[in-house]
Amino acid sequence: MASKKRSRKELFAQGNDAVVEGALLSGCTFYAGYPITPSTEIAEGMAARLPYVPDGVFIQMEDEIASLGAAIGASLAGRKAMTATSGPGFSLMQEHIGYACMVEAPLVIVNVMRGGPSTGLPTSPAQGDVQQARWGTHGDHSIIVLSASNVQECLEMTVTAFNFAEKYRTPVILLLDEVTAHTRERLVIPEAGEVEILSRVAPSMPPEWYVPYEDGLRGVPPMPAMGSGYRYHVTGLTHDRNGFPTSRPDEVQALISRQFRKIDQFFYDIQLTESYLCDDAEVAVVAYGCVARSARLAVDLAREQGVRAGLLHLKTLFPFPRPAVEAVLRTCPRVVVPEMNMGQISREVKRVNNGLAAVRTVNRIDGQIITPQEILKPLLRG
Amino acid sequence: MAAITELIHDYLRHNKKFPHVLCAGCGHGIVLGALIRSIHSLGLSKDDVVLVAGIGCSGRVAVYVDFNTVHTCHGRALTVATGIKMANPKLKVIALMGDGDALAIGGNHFIHAARRNIGITALVLNNSIYGMTGGQASPASPTGSMSTTTPLGQLERSFDVVDLGLACGAGYVARATAMHALLLGKLLEEALTRPGFCLVEVRTPCPTQYGRKNGFKTAVEMYRWYKERAVKRERWDSLPEDQRAQSFPIGVFRDAPQPGLEERYYAACSRVQEKTSCQQSQ
Repeated sequence: MASKKRSRKELFAQGNDAVVEGALLSGCTFYAGYPITPSTEIAEGMAARLPYVPDGVFIQMEDEIASLGAAIGASLAGRKAMTATSGPGFSLMQEHIGYACMVEAPLVIVNVMRGGPSTGLPTSPAQGDVQQARWGTHGDHSIIVLSASNVQECLEMTVTAFNFAEKYRTPVILLLDEVTAHTRERLVIPEAGEVEILSRVAPSMPPEWYVPYEDGLRGVPPMPAMGSGYRYHVTGLTHDRNGFPTSRPDEVQALISRQFRKIDQFFYDIQLTESYLCDDAEVAVVAYGCVARSARLAVDLAREQGVRAGLLHLKTLFPFPRPAVEAVLRTCPRVVVPEMNMGQISREVKRVNNGLAAVRTVNRIDGQIITPQEILKPLLRG
Repeated sequence: MAAITELIHDYLRHNKKFPHVLCAGCGHGIVLGALIRSIHSLGLSKDDVVLVAGIGCSGRVAVYVDFNTVHTCHGRALTVATGIKMANPKLKVIALMGDGDALAIGGNHFIHAARRNIGITALVLNNSIYGMTGGQASPASPTGSMSTTTPLGQLERSFDVVDLGLACGAGYVARATAMHALLLGKLLEEALTRPGFCLVEVRTPCPTQYGRKNGFKTAVEMYRWYKERAVKRERWDSLPEDQRAQSFPIGVFRDAPQPGLEERYYAACSRVQEKTSCQQSQ
């Protein structure tokens, strides 16, 4: 059965299915999760497929805290690991997101956003967890947050999420929304070898020379699999280069700065955006997730009516793609930021704006998608 | 004695900054010593042993020993340990927890790890108090005991770790105290060789936080209390009711291990994989 699926190159599938395909393509062999709408199909897909993958492990845990904990354990043991959840479960995961940042465990967390706060709207889309993905766990930390706007992108961004996680030894959060996760459309599954798959760098020195958290040019220390002979201490406490707890200011500073630097200095690699008709635009939309699809149509409709509109589609949300957004703010006098929240990415756009452009927001928090017409209105109104 | 010290030094991390964080009279060092001796006598390779600890005084113990060591978040040792064991079943995974760690904040993980029978040796260092934060009541604090958060005496009932483990289906359940180091070593050896979820509770004194608030003048007094109150399980069973209330049983409470989840999972996977490859070749 599994081999039949593998040879099938095109599917009519939903975003959640695409995440499963992307994860398996990336070499993910460990999934721990807890059922929650609207992300459950990812767990179901992994539960069905992983038993057929060599050494593939699926485990249903008792809650989302345990799910991410198990994924961290598997990551330390050398696996490419992931979990998926939705709003309430994502809130529970915040503790372990901080732990994964601190111990630099590569893994992928998919959060299919639904209406909140609290139990909210379990079956309706929202984009209310954007700032939570960035700042939800306590303490100052750097993290990578990605998004996807259609089914094909769900697969691509899942692969990207695993690649970034492995390359930068960090948890990566992939934010979907209920519409993107449940929309069914054509999905092309690339063959193995067609896409670039990255894996963490293992230490090349003998175990007794290994310094687990040694700084280097990239700021990403090599990571051994537990049991491979490189014994070291893993702790959520601030630690020195040997992994031992420390509160010496110089060692604390060095650790946290490196954890920021290892991600922030590679902003050009991480900050993925797609520009559509922005070159000559007088008004630009900055959007992400399913809203970016509405925005694209709105831009086309505006052009038909003689307004030179453009779209900057954000695929990476954090580290915030400042250079790309600044370029739009500099060339377009008007910028519109539609979001299914009260203004979480528009805060970032306004932060980098510095009076360059007039920034308008379009917000919806009623569990309904933002339509092209809603975005078109502020595009036409000069 | 010299031989024991030498052995322990083989397993301590030479590059770790000592002294350790534990108080004078604390039982945690005795437990760690027993654990090292049992690992040594089983001939396990340091590379194959993973010690996963939670938060609290017990959580700090892992850092000193030269195994693969993980210091997790408060209460979450068993979740990370589960991931490690499922990812690499060859590893000998030991979860080291305190009573607040395992029974309060980590209570849900504790009952489910036992229920799913994951192949982990769970070691609960029960000192009946939150020591690291300065002596607050834990789910294992006896009714009537004093702590900074129970100025009227503990009014709640306490968990019995062994009863809880038995009820949740752990295949091996045992209890010792820090006063019974040789028994503890024997129990740990058994727990480390059984498949599935194995639970060993160790009653260990906290003279600094529990003792001072509950009428123990010295650490020695606490150890004496353990020596007097701890009764071999076989003898405890035949004690009259009033004497039972004054003591607690130690020893093995269940030794009926079953294959761990990881074993069952990988076996099930190879069955379906075989079936698939058979169908393909037909």
